[in-house]
Amino acid sequence: MTSVLSAVLRAAEPGRSLLDAVRRLARPYVVRRIFGMIPTVVFISIIIFVVIQLPPGDIVTSTLDRLQSSGVEVSAEQVQNLRAQFNLDKPMHMQYLHWAGGFVVGDMGYSYRYSRPVNELVWERLGYTLLIAVSAVFFTWIVAVPIGIFSAIRQYSIGDYTFTVIGLIGIATPHFLLALLFMYAAYEWFGISIGGLFSPEYREAPWTLAKVWDLCQHIWIPMVVLGLGGTAATMRVLRANLLDELNKPYVVTARAKGVRPVKLVLKYPLRIALNPFASTVGLLLPTLIAGDVIVSRVLNLPTLGQLLLDALLTQDMFLAGSIVMLQVILIQFGLLLSDLVLAWIDPRIRYE
Amino acid sequence: MTAPVLEIRDLAVEFKTDTGLTRALRNVNFDVPRGEVTAIVGESGSGKSVTANCIMRLIQPPGRITGGSIRFAPTASQAFDIAALEDKDERLLDLRGGHISMVFQEPMTALSPVHNIGGQVAEAILCHREVSKEQAWAEAAQMLAHVGIGDIERRMTMYPFEFSGGMRQRVVIAMALVCNPEVLICDEPTTALDVTIQAEILTLIRNLQDELKNSVIFITHDLGVVAQIADHVVVMYQGRVLEIGTVRQVLKQPVHPYTKGLLKAIPGVVDPGERLATIASVVGDADITTPFPLIKLSDGRQVSLPRGHVPAELKP
Ligand SMILES: Nc1ncnc2c1ncn2[C@@H]1O[C@H](COP(=O)(O)OP(=O)(O)O)[C@@H](O)[C@H]1O
Ligand SMILES: [Mg+2]
Repeated sequence: MTSVLSAVLRAAEPGRSLLDAVRRLARPYVVRRIFGMIPTVVFISIIIFVVIQLPPGDIVTSTLDRLQSSGVEVSAEQVQNLRAQFNLDKPMHMQYLHWAGGFVVGDMGYSYRYSRPVNELVWERLGYTLLIAVSAVFFTWIVAVPIGIFSAIRQYSIGDYTFTVIGLIGIATPHFLLALLFMYAAYEWFGISIGGLFSPEYREAPWTLAKVWDLCQHIWIPMVVLGLGGTAATMRVLRANLLDELNKPYVVTARAKGVRPVKLVLKYPLRIALNPFASTVGLLLPTLIAGDVIVSRVLNLPTLGQLLLDALLTQDMFLAGSIVMLQVILIQFGLLLSDLVLAWIDPRIRYE
Repeated sequence: MTAPVLEIRDLAVEFKTDTGLTRALRNVNFDVPRGEVTAIVGESGSGKSVTANCIMRLIQPPGRITGGSIRFAPTASQAFDIAALEDKDERLLDLRGGHISMVFQEPMTALSPVHNIGGQVAEAILCHREVSKEQAWAEAAQMLAHVGIGDIERRMTMYPFEFSGGMRQRVVIAMALVCNPEVLICDEPTTALDVTIQAEILTLIRNLQDELKNSVIFITHDLGVVAQIADHVVVMYQGRVLEIGTVRQVLKQPVHPYTKGLLKAIPGVVDPGERLATIASVVGDADITTPFPLIKLSDGRQVSLPRGHVPAELKP
């Protein structure tokens, strides 16, 4: 496996690091692109703001409901104060400017429900979200790339058919079902507590080696469940891409000059078959942040996706809007990152 | 006279296709004399490329070598049968690009689009010799200069899309020659190029052969090119060899009706304004599809004809 990886890495030209490419060729391009994002982001932020306002009621009415149903009387003046506190008495466009302006200076607003700044809530979960997502992507690639290569080289072999069937089952199985099965197995066979990233006794404990070990025991379920979904698709696409490339004349040329069979596949067709994937790297960014909401729910993972779902259910407007907004911004930067990566690995692409 | 570098005997290749078995080659027999240029001519689909790919063992499924032998006699080591080698045999991997190299028809697609020129040429060296990367790079630069590419330092780090067709073909030629192979196979190396570039590449190959003295197999459908470059000619048709001889014999005094037809169909041989003959009209009712075995004539050439059809003065 390591030799495969190092061969792929070596296939990239020496002395051409991504940062290098950005520094030498792309700085004006990057600056231009970042400025180009502004209108898009502003436009989408307006839409988000409007959509969030659409459902009847707001945080104050739902607070009042709660208070009244528990028998507390609230005076009109108190209601007025409450509205003023959340800026709800201002006209719509002022409310928008207040929210969007905060974003510009890195303040995502205030969560009514948690009574804490959104920034804090997001940062808290960002680490775990990234950890889960990155390990899932890692799992996907470690499994999908070798299988994709095998299936392409041994097209229509028994192995190829087997992986195809498993892959299709993988695509068709809902993630949450897998999550349930895995949790059952983990509990029945390994006695690992169900759900979450930690056993109860470690949840609030300070970081120790034991806590890290506990994390390792729990993280493999989300890693495999979330990773498997992508695996099937990735290996099918890689197989198709590779089959397209395997008989191209440049591969024949390389074979004719004496390149050894394994290196032949890794250095030439695989390199090109991976290009489309490299261009999706940037788009992983936003999905990484949201994660799979349903799986997060089933597995009780502390991800941003869960937070978003909660926020929507409780009409916690700043929280929900801010998370969606964060994703929009990440998508924009993800697209830019994709283009840069693609230009880096494929010399035919130039920054224009 | 030294022994031929390649002796091809009864070579047969089949392709399994949806519509059945295609016999791409049947009983192909010819020798490649050492240090000279042998041209293989024939119309499109006659099996020229398949023959070349057999010598490099580049035939991929659904194709398969179903019979015959390709005896390769390197100057420095033991002769062996290329057709009989296992896929994993080190001699085969050594052979490709080391002892026998190939230049392809399509320079536009023959190079990897995402690897730089220098790296692709240097790799041919690294596949066959234990030298450092720097050494290989330096030798690649030398070879590229040799095939007429200027401004080497800059061009080595450029990519194929930045090169014209003629330049790319020079790169492919450099890549093929960089390990100084005994045999160079050129499979229609100029067909995809403009006429002026064609002439340049042809001259380049001719000059390099004069200098390096390797054996060249030059595949073409253009008899004008044959006259310019070849010492010997092998005429192929429908996967068979019809006539083998020196350039003088085959072009001046063809024996096989099909060869005669080919020659009549060259533009420029007939007077301007006159219609070109079609091969069919020249061949007439002569039987060119029955596979007769090659017979050796008194002047040394071989032809696939029944004994009775051989001209009296050439009867063996
Ligand atoms: N990949 C292939 N699949 C099926 N048949 C093939 C393939 N390659 C070659 N052939 C068969 O071999 C014959 C000779 O092809 P080729 O050697 O490429 O001709 P040419 O003389 O033009 O180079 C073709 O007519 C075709 O029937
Ligand atoms: Mg051909």
